[in-house]
Amino acid sequence: MAQFNLPKNSQITQGKSWPAPPGAKSLQTFKIYRWNPDDGANPRIDTYQVDREDCGPMVLDALLWIKNRVDSTLVFRRSCREGICGSCAMNIEGQNALACTMGIDECKSPDNALPVMTRKDKDGAIRIYPLPHMPVLKDLVPDLTNFYAQHAAIEPWLQTETPAPEKEWRQTPEDRSRLDGLYECILCACCSTSCPSYWWNGDKFLGPAALLQAYRWLIDSRDENTGDRLDNLHDPFRLYRCHTIMNCANTCPKSLNPAKAIAEIKKMMVERAL
Amino acid sequence: MAQEQIRQDTRVSIRTPRARVSGLGVAHHGVSHWWLQRITAVTNLVLMLAFVVIIANMAGRNYAEAAHIVANPFVSIILILALLSVTLHMRIGMQVIIEDYVHAQATKIVAVFANNVYAVLVAVACLYAVLRISFGQLA
Repeated sequence: MAQFNLPKNSQITQGKSWPAPPGAKSLQTFKIYRWNPDDGANPRIDTYQVDREDCGPMVLDALLWIKNRVDSTLVFRRSCREGICGSCAMNIEGQNALACTMGIDECKSPDNALPVMTRKDKDGAIRIYPLPHMPVLKDLVPDLTNFYAQHAAIEPWLQTETPAPEKEWRQTPEDRSRLDGLYECILCACCSTSCPSYWWNGDKFLGPAALLQAYRWLIDSRDENTGDRLDNLHDPFRLYRCHTIMNCANTCPKSLNPAKAIAEIKKMMVERAL
Repeated sequence: MAQEQIRQDTRVSIRTPRARVSGLGVAHHGVSHWWLQRITAVTNLVLMLAFVVIIANMAGRNYAEAAHIVANPFVSIILILALLSVTLHMRIGMQVIIEDYVHAQATKIVAVFANNVYAVLVAVACLYAVLRISFGQLA
């Protein structure tokens, strides 16, 4: 069965509460998921106080501030700090987002709150967890091996039979415009890890990110392998586990719409069968 | 436990991530179910409206009068189409739910089989009732 409760060794315990920085006037509390594979203990939630006047505006700034000033053992991925590498994807206040493009003020705003987050503990703290339903390597770092293998499985490169032309494969501006809203994906995994279908069947369902990329190559006018690509998706699990839940489109930090891309793939499937 | 489920278990089997994703390959199946679910969703909408009108017309009548309505060829055909459309839609919808949440292979096969049996039983029982009335055996 799909697992609805955390196993015993994954249940979260009360963690350490770090002291507020002396003399700070504007404090923001962060409650952050911690888990160390080496100490054999259950995951815990540590509480940190960040001095807003000494810290940049984004959640990633706060994480770096904590790592530099308070607790150097806090582990998370980050690289570009401008929303293009996809490394710092994590669950912030119940929503998957990039820590570098999510403002500290923004993630507490009611506009951003998911219905599920209307909860009792309105203590003003910002809660940060790793991407949901992924194996955790340490603290906020999930194991994305399966996610990347699924991306590889859709063969994300141009496939042609015709010998390559001397210059380039030509496209009309219309052909090229069909790739807009698809090529911008940075593979941060926010969408796939927000998808309940991916939580329950992530081993067989390719998930929104891989399917968005599958569609990006299906719709590419230069690609000559459209039929084989569709064959590779014609499966009750790989493609049809998508039930148009739309969490993917809600959460995408690049404002893309994987659900629409998947719907287009389903339309192509019908189109070639009718 | 099915062979493939054992091979997919990281605790007892070493495979490359790519091999795990490929699994047993593509089933080459799914588009017909998906399309049929959409088609029956549309036909359900129309047929269930007609069904509600038919049932509403039976309100306050006794058994003989109600059976007389069902025996009307036009009404019979609408009811039969509605039964087929609804039970087909029900069968596929429930199968999707089972596939979503039931992961143990043996349990899943039993559950899908039971679902099919249930859908066929409901369909045949209802069809039998409608046909029996419409072919004149009112009691």
